[in-house]
Amino acid sequence: MAARRIELMLCTGTGCVAGGAFRIKNVLEEEITRHGLQNEVALVPTGCNGFCGQGPLLVVMPEKIFYGWLRTEDIPFLVQEHFLKGRPVKKLMFTPPEKKEPIPLISDIPFFKKQMLIVLRNKGIIDPEKIDDYIARDGYTALEKVLTSMTPDEVIEEIIKSGLRGRGGAGFPTGIKWKVCRNEPKTPKYVICNCDEGDPGAYMDRSVLESDPHSVIEGQTIAAYAIGASHGYIYVRTEYPLAIKRMQKAIEQAREYGLLGENILGTGFSFDLEIREGSGAFVCGEETSLIHSIEGKSPEPRQRPPFPAQVGIWGCPTVINNVETLATVPVIINRGADWFSRIGTETSKGTKIFSLVGKINNTGLIEVPMGITLREIIYEIGGGIPGNRQLKAVQIGGPSGGCIPASLIDLPIDYESLTRAGSMMGSGGMIVMDEDTCMVDVAKFFIQFTNDESCGKCTVCRDGSDALLEVLTRITDGEGREGDIEFLEELALAIKDASMCGLGTTLPNPVLTTIRYFREEYEAHIREKRCPAKVCKNLIAYWIDPQLCQACLICKRECPAEAIYGEKHMVHVIDQSRCTKCGTCLDVCPPRFAAVKKLSGEPVPPVERGMKVERKKKTATPLQEQSSA
Amino acid sequence: MAKLTLDELRRRREQARKSIYLREGEFRGRVIVHMGTCGIAAGARAIVATFLEELEKSGRNDIMVTTSGCAGLCSKEPMATVEMVDSPPVKYVLLTPEKVRKIFAEHILGGAVVAEYALGIGSERAG
Repeated sequence: MAARRIELMLCTGTGCVAGGAFRIKNVLEEEITRHGLQNEVALVPTGCNGFCGQGPLLVVMPEKIFYGWLRTEDIPFLVQEHFLKGRPVKKLMFTPPEKKEPIPLISDIPFFKKQMLIVLRNKGIIDPEKIDDYIARDGYTALEKVLTSMTPDEVIEEIIKSGLRGRGGAGFPTGIKWKVCRNEPKTPKYVICNCDEGDPGAYMDRSVLESDPHSVIEGQTIAAYAIGASHGYIYVRTEYPLAIKRMQKAIEQAREYGLLGENILGTGFSFDLEIREGSGAFVCGEETSLIHSIEGKSPEPRQRPPFPAQVGIWGCPTVINNVETLATVPVIINRGADWFSRIGTETSKGTKIFSLVGKINNTGLIEVPMGITLREIIYEIGGGIPGNRQLKAVQIGGPSGGCIPASLIDLPIDYESLTRAGSMMGSGGMIVMDEDTCMVDVAKFFIQFTNDESCGKCTVCRDGSDALLEVLTRITDGEGREGDIEFLEELALAIKDASMCGLGTTLPNPVLTTIRYFREEYEAHIREKRCPAKVCKNLIAYWIDPQLCQACLICKRECPAEAIYGEKHMVHVIDQSRCTKCGTCLDVCPPRFAAVKKLSGEPVPPVERGMKVERKKKTATPLQEQSSA
Repeated sequence: MAKLTLDELRRRREQARKSIYLREGEFRGRVIVHMGTCGIAAGARAIVATFLEELEKSGRNDIMVTTSGCAGLCSKEPMATVEMVDSPPVKYVLLTPEKVRKIFAEHILGGAVVAEYALGIGSERAG
């Protein structure tokens, strides 16, 4: 094979695949062959690149040029212009919102600049289905080191010294967990990788499995060596077909190379792994439920202690670590605990992956050092909020986390500071909300989710979440009563106190934090029947300002409920009794008129039907009208 | 495939590193073949192929072969610019595969400019 001059790192993470990455791959291959470039240009399908908001995307190596929002019809031009003639195509490069000039190089794009890659060290650089790609990037060197030059106790000491804490949510020190398990006399022992990622909007673990499955296998094998296990499971939810496929392939390749199985690398150590698919019950992320699920029992949690490290699967000592935790282990072994513990804050070491979603310009997956502030994440990496709107809050840690208000934007992100703020690290979902988000509605959304997902074993979690949901629904429906807030607070604390597992003890967090930071919004709903963000349907009305309406008939035509009266030259009027509050009229009213208004907490001003339109004076330009409005 | 021993894994890693150097490599030199329509018509594709063949033969993984648009001197195509770290770029003109082999051996590997094929040393000013 002759040397190649270009490698195209095409993202084939789930996000880009959904956007058509495999179709783009086919067209790229066709076009490359059509120009006879197949010996010079190679296509490398990679895992998630991280910049999901720009997908489908590819990076051209060695020039490091980033192309995003690719469509199959762009590919022939791209291949001819850039890969044949060497002229990079500007219009497919990333241009930050409200900027004119594109940023050609991936290394110059702010989204990537501020990140620090430890877990995602291989993202976008290797083909996850090729073990040789992983091996080329120092893959399995940590396993070599451990098996040839370290005792299990030394491995555990190194991990304790590094300060690594569980990335699945609770933040328990990983090395301590391993030590407890190692010291248990009972055998056999097991090590389980927890990839039951259920938080809405979170996809860190899926992405690691899809982009670098061998890093998890290597970390898990090291864990097995440290605790003395010879068998392990990777528990993945069945909704992650691509992650399962790639992991399965990786396991087979590792077995073939003798990196899993009997007598690994001739060192006498044996360990093997299998995948167990979970059917998507949120509670299975809780470790005792997960164990029950693998054992084929109903996935309900049980009382701890004894902890799984003492009595786990099949009654044997079991270490359960999150995907991200395990993928960090090889790097700590290679680069040393001292190096790792210099990154981050006093109590939280290393880096954390977050999925940055919601009202944010740069949606995607980021890995940042612990201690970074929300401001840096949102405004530097995330590129700010679309339409320059105001940040209102960030929900961190999924349904178990809490809302951090905009006033805490300079909060350094680590386990302790998030807990103090009433939230938690959780698995790393980060949902950004702007001023158009109703916080009571957000709390209701999360309680709806946890209420659905409660396994029903504990009364407070099962019936308590019902009661929370009922009161929240009443408040958003405009039926809130004095005393509701106090009731929510009291009930939330009771659920926290009396639930057995993490699902119950954390599910009230969204309610408690939204009350803590946005109490006035609850009060506005209850006392004034007003939704400040104008979201709750029962508390808002759409109204056409007769002074501004130009009788263009668009809203009348588009209204799906046929609730708008109007004709040529006549002011349009919404029939409030028929309006379903879908907001279509507001969306379609031309910005130069901006006649449709959303009202909340005030009576809808009456408008007579059949009023003649007041024509605007020709001298006023639409721009002036808008700025004065 | 038989299971690997430690040594075999290490050998395999060395081998595998060579196949991914484009993605992470540190480059000491860059060859830019000018691939405007004029260049392609004059045979620039064969020039690229020859550079890549020579690169493969040399086993070096710190040289990048890229292409760019027309350099503006269409009568002297095929052309290529050789940029080595710590020395000014050199433009070579009226290339043939034989000339490329000589340039690769003497300039890129040996560090001595092949003056007889060079148009000049340096590049146009940008801007």
